[in-house]
Amino acid sequence: MTRRVMLREVASARAGDKGDVSNVGVWVYDPAHYEAVRRSLTAERVKAAYPELFRGTVTRYDLPGLHGLNFVIQHGLEGGVNASLNVDSHGKSFSFLILALEVEID
Amino acid sequence: MALRIGCGSGGAPDRVAPAEDLARDGALDYLCFESLAERTLAQGHVARRAGSAGYSGKLDARLRAVLPHCVRNGTRVLTNMGAADPLGAGEATARLAAELGLSLKIAVIEGDDVLGLITPDTRLEETGGTVESFGRTPVAANAYIGHEAMVEALAGGADVVIAGRVSDSSLFLAPIAHELKIAPDDWDMLARGALVGHLLECSTQITGGYFADPGYKDVPGLDNLGYPLAEVDPDGSAVITKLAGTGGCVTPLTVKEQLLYEVHDPAAYLTPDVSANFTTVRIAEEGPDRIRVSAATGAARPDRLKALVAFDGGYLAEGEIGYAGPGALDRARLAAEVVRKRMTLRNGFNGELRFDLIGATSLHATAGRASESEDIRLRGALRSMDRRWADMLLEEIESLWMGGPAGGGGFRGRVTPSVITQPTFVNRADVRCSVRWIDA
Repeated sequence: MTRRVMLREVASARAGDKGDVSNVGVWVYDPAHYEAVRRSLTAERVKAAYPELFRGTVTRYDLPGLHGLNFVIQHGLEGGVNASLNVDSHGKSFSFLILALEVEID
Repeated sequence: MALRIGCGSGGAPDRVAPAEDLARDGALDYLCFESLAERTLAQGHVARRAGSAGYSGKLDARLRAVLPHCVRNGTRVLTNMGAADPLGAGEATARLAAELGLSLKIAVIEGDDVLGLITPDTRLEETGGTVESFGRTPVAANAYIGHEAMVEALAGGADVVIAGRVSDSSLFLAPIAHELKIAPDDWDMLARGALVGHLLECSTQITGGYFADPGYKDVPGLDNLGYPLAEVDPDGSAVITKLAGTGGCVTPLTVKEQLLYEVHDPAAYLTPDVSANFTTVRIAEEGPDRIRVSAATGAARPDRLKALVAFDGGYLAEGEIGYAGPGALDRARLAAEVVRKRMTLRNGFNGELRFDLIGATSLHATAGRASESEDIRLRGALRSMDRRWADMLLEEIESLWMGGPAGGGGFRGRVTPSVITQPTFVNRADVRCSVRWIDA
């Protein structure tokens, strides 16, 4: 039986920045949930969740051996740390944008 | 006997005391201070232009705290605290050594300054255009240089190596490559050293910092985080750990989170030294706060070096005023509307103007996330080359005190000079790094 949960219930995340590119690494706690999270949390879904902020391409890289996913968001930082007018110009808080999304797990 | 490498700082604001703890008690062979974020180097250039020191303002405090321990314990120091002025930092270190009565061989790494290679036709990666089409004058350009010049400095007997824009991971790879005699084309071993550097370079981000989420990920002693150290074995694998008695934790998850920090394609993490593949990495818990990382693999380093071109970014103005109690959100929104109208219609400002409702929606405002709150800080922000617009925004926000919606209080505002950085790539052969010696 599948159920919907906030990603935060089943994974941790950390955001990083390089220029105007943000990346959010997602780590699934229980390996049993990894495939389900991978199916549910596609790059398209992440981009569609925040289209005004995630303006460029979103690419997902998978690390199945470590149960990780890495979302790389081009033009995701409103110009980057030295140009953005966002209080959080690094996008350090973006990990929680991803953790707030719902995923379907088995 | 494993090679012991400590991290003395992971960025400019990092505390000094945990580095002193490591220098005193860590039985370290090397202590590396990473201090340069994209913004920090830009700030160094701003400072240098304004006639202040272009190197890290914490150079003196950090080295003053650790050098006596390092000399006593045979620990060598590497740092990129030279920032926009490595030679100035080297000379300052020599003066400090003299003051402390220490005899040190100091090596300064030069060559990361590539402003001379930047032309109007230089292509900027993120804009897709050229320097000329960007419409601003470059004030500095620095290439991310690799470990080789630092290895030369260590081979020459340096006690302290001071660099500017060396790549963060290279700072830690240099002593590993020097001690393990890693050839400059042994990609797998270079990748393992780069992995150790990548994991250590943000200090507490691997010992429990940037991690705690109460009820989900709890961290003991977050008020007393220790800085990490690596015990590197001859096969390039390493145990990431921290000093006993310090706060925080090193766990498989703190290591994993840091593994992807600021990484794009984890199968091709590009550094000046190697293209590292982190997807093959194995992470194993060997004991409390002892995590072994192994099996990184590598491929040939990129032909070109990444460089950041810094442009004068003018001034960043940020002003805030608060509204609380019933109707706070409506009053804050009205205040924003007043300031926007004042700035655009009456004062004639036509640049980008941003308003945040801190408490309801700010960091995630552009993402469209908001919450109800009755305690709001209205924040207005703009950037301008003209200081007068920056000052004017703060005046308009401060005017809300008497002339805005009811109950506005707690005005704060500041204007910060800023630099805008844009990445580009330069040919490796055009970047000539060298070691300059200072005897102290």
